[in-house]
Amino acid sequence: MGRSLKKGPFVEPHLLEKIDKMNSSGIKKPIKTWSRRSMVTPDFVGHTFMVHNGKIFASVFVTENMVGHKLGEFSPTRIFKKHGSHTAKVTK
Amino acid sequence: MPRLLGVEIPSEKRIEASLTYIYGIGPTTAKRILEQTNIDPNMRARELSPQQLNDIIHAITDNKLPIEGDLRRELQSNLKRLQAINCYRGIRHRRGLPVRGQRTSTNARTRKGPRKTVGVIRNKDAKAGK
Repeated sequence: MGRSLKKGPFVEPHLLEKIDKMNSSGIKKPIKTWSRRSMVTPDFVGHTFMVHNGKIFASVFVTENMVGHKLGEFSPTRIFKKHGSHTAKVTK
Repeated sequence: MPRLLGVEIPSEKRIEASLTYIYGIGPTTAKRILEQTNIDPNMRARELSPQQLNDIIHAITDNKLPIEGDLRRELQSNLKRLQAINCYRGIRHRRGLPVRGQRTSTNARTRKGPRKTVGVIRNKDAKAGK
C-alpha cells in the first residue's frame, strides 16, 4: 500500500540537511548513507549516493528518472551467484 | 465488418463484446463508451450506422483512452524506464522473475516459464579436494 499523500514524501532529515548544504555551496561529493528508506526527491538529481546494502556501499548516481523511488531500490541486498559455483568453497 | 480506428475489425458479435477486441478496451470501458454514445449494447456491430461508429470513435479519442500501439508503447517505455535506472523492479523485469515480492522457491511459473532442470555445475577445483 502506498504512503498517504497528506504526509508527503519521506526523506531522512539528516540526508536533507546534507543535500541542502551541498546544493548551496555547489560542491558535489558522494554521500554515504544507510538510509535506504529515503525517497529520491528532485533535489537529489545529479548527486552520487553511497547506499548501504548491509555489506558494502553501492554507488548510485541519481538521474531525473529516479525521482519518486527509494534509495534502497538501487542497492540490491541479495546477490545471486549461479548454482554450483561455490562447491569448491564447501569442500575446502 | 466495420473498421474502427484503423485496423480494428470487430465482428458479428454484440457491439459490447466486439469493442473489447480493441487492445486497451475491456468490458468496463466498452460499457462506458456505449452508455456515453447512447447505443444499445445488444446491437450487432454490423447494424451500426456510420454515425454511431463515428460516435464511438469520438468517445474513444475525446476521452484520451490509450489504445493499441500507443498503449503498448506506453507499457514498453515504463518497462524501459525501470530497467534503465537499475532499480530493483527493473532488475526483476530483466531477469524475468516476479517483481512484486512473491516467493520464487516454488511457483512463480507464470514469470519464470516452463521448468528447466539445472544440474550442478561442479567447480574444477572441487574434485581435487583442495
